[in-house]
Amino acid sequence: MHACLRTLLMLALLGAPAWADVAEFTVAEEARYQTLINQLRCLVCQNQTIAESNAPLAQDLRRQVQEKMRAGRSDDEIKDYLTERYGDFVLYDPPMKKTTWLLWLGPFILLAGALMIALLILRKSKKVDPEPEIKPVDISRILKDQDS
Amino acid sequence: MRWGALVPLVFVALLIGLLAIGLSLDPREVPSPLIGKPAPDFVLPSLSAPETQISVSDLRGKVTLVNVWASWCVACREEHPLLMDLAGRNLLPIYGLNYKDERAEALAWLSRFGNPYTDSIYDAEGTAGLDWGVYGVPETFILDRHGRIRYKHIGAISASDLEHKLLPVIMELLGETG
Amino acid sequence: MIPELGHFAIVLALCLAVGQTLVPAVGLLRRNPVWISVAQPAATGQFIFVLLAYFALTQSFLVNDFSVAYVAHNSNTDLPTVYRVAAVWGAHEGSLLLWVLMLSLWTLAVATFSRNLPSDIRACVLSVMGAISVGFLLFMIFTSNPFERLLPAPEQGRDLNPLLQDPGLIIHPPMLYMGYVGFSVAFAFAIAALVSGKVDTAWTRWTRPWTTTAWLFLTFGITLGSWWAYRELGWGGWWFWDPVENASFMPWLVGTALIHSLAVTEKRGVFKSWTVLLAITAFSLSLLGTFLVRSGVLVSVHAFATDPARGVFILIFFAIVVGSSLLLYAWRAPSFTSRAEVRLLSREGLLLLNNVFLVVAAAAVFLGTLYPLVVDALKLGKISVGPPYFNTVFVPLTLPLVFLVGFAAVMRWKNNSPRQLLQRVGYLVPVAVILGVLFPWIALRSNSVVVSVALVLAFWAMTTAVADVFRWLKSGLGKSRQSRNIPLAIWGMNLAHFGLGVFVLGVTLTSAYSVERDVRLFPGESADIGNYAFRFDGVHEEAAANYDAQVGIITLFRASDEIATVRTEKRRYRAQGSVMTDAGVNARLDRDLYIALGEALDGGAWSLRLYYKPFVRCIWLGGFLMVLGGLLAVGDKRYRMKLRQRQDSVVDKNTLAAEA
Repeated sequence: MHACLRTLLMLALLGAPAWADVAEFTVAEEARYQTLINQLRCLVCQNQTIAESNAPLAQDLRRQVQEKMRAGRSDDEIKDYLTERYGDFVLYDPPMKKTTWLLWLGPFILLAGALMIALLILRKSKKVDPEPEIKPVDISRILKDQDS
Repeated sequence: MRWGALVPLVFVALLIGLLAIGLSLDPREVPSPLIGKPAPDFVLPSLSAPETQISVSDLRGKVTLVNVWASWCVACREEHPLLMDLAGRNLLPIYGLNYKDERAEALAWLSRFGNPYTDSIYDAEGTAGLDWGVYGVPETFILDRHGRIRYKHIGAISASDLEHKLLPVIMELLGETG
Repeated sequence: MIPELGHFAIVLALCLAVGQTLVPAVGLLRRNPVWISVAQPAATGQFIFVLLAYFALTQSFLVNDFSVAYVAHNSNTDLPTVYRVAAVWGAHEGSLLLWVLMLSLWTLAVATFSRNLPSDIRACVLSVMGAISVGFLLFMIFTSNPFERLLPAPEQGRDLNPLLQDPGLIIHPPMLYMGYVGFSVAFAFAIAALVSGKVDTAWTRWTRPWTTTAWLFLTFGITLGSWWAYRELGWGGWWFWDPVENASFMPWLVGTALIHSLAVTEKRGVFKSWTVLLAITAFSLSLLGTFLVRSGVLVSVHAFATDPARGVFILIFFAIVVGSSLLLYAWRAPSFTSRAEVRLLSREGLLLLNNVFLVVAAAAVFLGTLYPLVVDALKLGKISVGPPYFNTVFVPLTLPLVFLVGFAAVMRWKNNSPRQLLQRVGYLVPVAVILGVLFPWIALRSNSVVVSVALVLAFWAMTTAVADVFRWLKSGLGKSRQSRNIPLAIWGMNLAHFGLGVFVLGVTLTSAYSVERDVRLFPGESADIGNYAFRFDGVHEEAAANYDAQVGIITLFRASDEIATVRTEKRRYRAQGSVMTDAGVNARLDRDLYIALGEALDGGAWSLRLYYKPFVRCIWLGGFLMVLGGLLAVGDKRYRMKLRQRQDSVVDKNTLAAEA
């Protein structure tokens, strides 16, 4: 790990949220910008988006996103620009690829499986003789008998 | 013994295996997607001669080592002697990419600690760095004759890195024809 | 001297822990009651020595003994006293000591309050807890000694990480650890069940209160952590799906499934092996969390200074504890059979579904947290999995739970007909729909399909809980005082479920309707968000004990009425020169106004970030209501020892009615 970035890391962790480079965007553009920078990872910081981090690299990347947006690039084009240089690691929203389908579909496959198992358990338990229902009336009678 | 009851144990065994492997990895190291691809172009002034421009084509034709450094970078000082050593072996030209630095301070640094570089590219804004996927300093790239990035080393180069990782790649690339 | 005494105390504690582990275990095998009875005094002794060690470390902090490496790395003479005390658990070694302290506390509690347990179960439980103690004490002594000396001692310490210099540090870790560690009790009981071969009502009766107590502490700890992050990190977020956060959330999800599963096993004697497995899993996830936080395997803002060597130790410990318990499970669990029918439309069926969703949700968090590691280990590249993934996956997996919770109070054991359910709770459906659809309009003058659906579910959870309490109160009218008392367990359940609804309401509205503005203001200028105006009144300098601050004052207006003044600061901590922003918050249940000071710009202007966050407090209110609910449930007279002795032979009418 780049040792000389330790001080920068501290600043990144603790520094003011990153907006000193406020750009002149319209409200809609600002919203798009915010969404984008919240989906991109700061590579030098520990698990922060480039929106949150104040590391120099994060500032550079934010500036790149702003410039590309002003140049009319689409979200996908901007993301491609960054993944070409930094790999998929820079995306916080892992793309749907061969390596990530298990990640995205896994939970739902698990849910389906778990529900099926639950249904099986319910059905299997039916084979057992059901216990005779003890109605509440019986119990109060028993209690009355006990009290008296 | 019901075999289903062993499932949790098997799962945990796999998990432990995974975590054991994980202990040997560095989760923060970001591999470069540019390996095997042509080095991204740039046109930037030279550090020593500001009127001259250096571009990627100047690096083509020979196997080259490009080292990203800065005067404010502490770890660069640690790897510097090894770069001087490598430069002394005269195997290949070493170019520096002076990343987000002040010209005066960079030159002072070189004169103080020694200059292993054929020349340094003065990337004040970090634009070339961005294109090359630089995310920290120091980093080292090895390019082949055709200007393709073939290897990237992240972090300071240790003696062991030089002997066991970088030199083998350099020798292999030097031996490549065509 | 004192640090050495502290170190010695830990070693003594280790010896006692070893005794607590081995002697009762042998006593169990040899059926020797004297050996078994060693457990209690060993536990007491262990607690005393760990406490002494803890005091020794605290003392070193209080007197600024920088010859102790841990104190030098985490404290400073200018650090306010209260943070010097809290700094004891601010980094790896000290927090480990806190872990061990909590564990010895829980062990002592179990030893003291379990006199009615059969001695063989008691011996097993205390022996298992002793074994866990041994592991952690060994870990501390060999790799993470908080009393290690730093010679020559520096004149000044490095200071506590400024992010930790907040009231949150004082309470969040202790509560969190109480929860984490508390699940070791459930784990120990599970092992005892496997060893003795019995999972009966008595076992569940003992296990439930301990598990619920651990659960409520963990809920408290996580809620506090979220609240603290919101205040500290300067960008209004309250949950980041950070690996360390997930490491605490997974045991919570499984723990919640466990407390519900225990209810089923207690009442109907089904799902026995599943409950035991859940108890093992909950604690295993606690241990996994410990590993993830301290080994450096995952990247996190929270992670302690990481060291793979420590990771190896914890991993081996994890392998031994979890591996052996699962081996025991595989061997003994198949003998737990139950012969009862479980229908879907029954409380058992409902809780089965509850478990399905909670466990799958935990699995999803697990998958997302570890996936980057899997991909990296298989050399398939490096990917990041963050909030976009978790939010997309987690919400659909847990929203069904909010629907199911509405039936919690009215679903009887064994069998219900759809008509009965409709009768008991159907009338609340239109109520929830109306409230859910109207509330955003009334409170925020806005709505959307997604928001409505979520709020309808939230109100569904809340109204069904309130309705149940009313039903109890109504049925109590005109009866004798004793039979009128609503069992605390009922209060607890409904309060916790109500809290869930409040939580969902807070999350939905804050996620959908938060507004953020980055502005540049000169002193005297204002910016608006909706009806609110933020007037920037300038920045002045202040100096505090260990930092210098630039303090910004903002006056808040609502439709031109002044409502409050808020401070926000940019602090520069002198020890390491680190800079931190302290946001200013004007809080109200229905909205927070949140301001963070940015940078000084040319000409005397400043950049500021302003937030309007509706109903964000409900997120933590919901959490705290759940904690309170858990507290009430534990207080139910079923679990009170003296009462239990009196009533063991007599059936309690109210409890029967409650469970009918």
